[in-house]
Amino acid sequence: MDATVTTDTGESVWGGGKEPLGASYGKMMIWFFIVSDALTFSGFLVSYGFARFKFMDLWPIADEVFTHVPFFHGNYPMYFVAFMTFILIMSSVTMVLAVDAGHKMKQSKVVFYMLLTIIGGLIFIGSQAWEWATFIKGDFGALETKGGRLLQFVDAETGQRAALADFALDLKEDRVRHESNAGLWYEREKAPTSYSLNEVLEGFKANPNILIRTEVLNGEGEKTLLDRGESLDKIKEATQVVEGANLIHNEYGTPMFADFFFFITGFHGFHVFTGIMINIIIFFNAILGTYEKRGHYEMVEKVGLYWHFVDLVWVFVFTFFYLV
Amino acid sequence: MSHDQNLAIFRGRLKFSSNVSKIWGVLILLSIVTTVEVVLGIIKPRALTHSFFLGMKVLNWIFIILTLVKAYYIAWDFMHLRDEKSALRRTIVWTPVFLISYLIFILLFEADYVFNTIHDGFVAWDF
Repeated sequence: MDATVTTDTGESVWGGGKEPLGASYGKMMIWFFIVSDALTFSGFLVSYGFARFKFMDLWPIADEVFTHVPFFHGNYPMYFVAFMTFILIMSSVTMVLAVDAGHKMKQSKVVFYMLLTIIGGLIFIGSQAWEWATFIKGDFGALETKGGRLLQFVDAETGQRAALADFALDLKEDRVRHESNAGLWYEREKAPTSYSLNEVLEGFKANPNILIRTEVLNGEGEKTLLDRGESLDKIKEATQVVEGANLIHNEYGTPMFADFFFFITGFHGFHVFTGIMINIIIFFNAILGTYEKRGHYEMVEKVGLYWHFVDLVWVFVFTFFYLV
Repeated sequence: MSHDQNLAIFRGRLKFSSNVSKIWGVLILLSIVTTVEVVLGIIKPRALTHSFFLGMKVLNWIFIILTLVKAYYIAWDFMHLRDEKSALRRTIVWTPVFLISYLIFILLFEADYVFNTIHDGFVAWDF
């Protein structure tokens, strides 16, 4: 309560120059911004929760979506995103060290730690770009039904996921691209998939080892695997081939998953990008001695608050996208 | 950080000699918590994925609680809320906590209702 009681000072508090709550104007304002920005991110994350609760029994399993690590082949869920989390926490630590050095008026240390923070941020945002590229490119490919449900394929012998390339036939179909001068009605075409629907269907019929996996989660929390008879029946519902993910189609499951992935990690990545830009400005100001002349390094502290906030948000994104 | 720095965490059970050593201590704590999360996420112990509390897997509750623990230490030590006046700290923390709790409550209940409507109603979704 010591912060808000002003009546006992015996002097006028109306003349300005007082810092309520013991924080300067700039620091109060960055906290205002962080609180409102936290509410924006909460809106995103809670609506992600809404979509997920709505599609509770067919939401994609994150461990099966994010399985790649740069320079390594194979199935490694979690490791890469754990690395990204660690990088961001590390850059938060160097930021606190910069703030601490600022309080002690050690210019060269502030500059050094700011540089490390910027490098950490760049590594993080580069990793994020790689994660996006891998997600967009896709992994195995799938079929989409008229109702927008996904049919994925499994090799019956190994129990592993089967890629379209593993069984689809090359029927040497010469696909004629629809052009505007060829008809009265013209609709812009999507980029063609590497196999046509017909090639996948024929390949599926010719290959008795391939089974269909639907989106529906069973009691064990795994995707439902159909037997061969059910699979042959189910594949009749397919209307198109899906490879990779975008805002409308998503080979990993419901398109909502991809939409929220792009919007939430994209919004967070944009914050990281902005943070790096601001950190670079502060870095050069520190080199030029701006804060030495000013007599204090409070600007480093304020920018630090923003940078930690970005880290704080990632902790939640990490939990709700990759763990839960 | 206009005041003296509070160098103790865990309600005073662990005291650090300087602000820098406290920062490294908190880093170690956050790394341990993250490692526990990742290990649990990879193994997914059956005992935790098949037991439920308030309709949610116990494993997911553990993840959410560990996340809040991490958020606490980031806000208290990295954003040095520990050293701010309690009135500022309460303003910053309780306003979003109240608003977000309300948002979570209202949206997740609604989503559960929508799920039941799709699941038990006469709406075809798998075709």
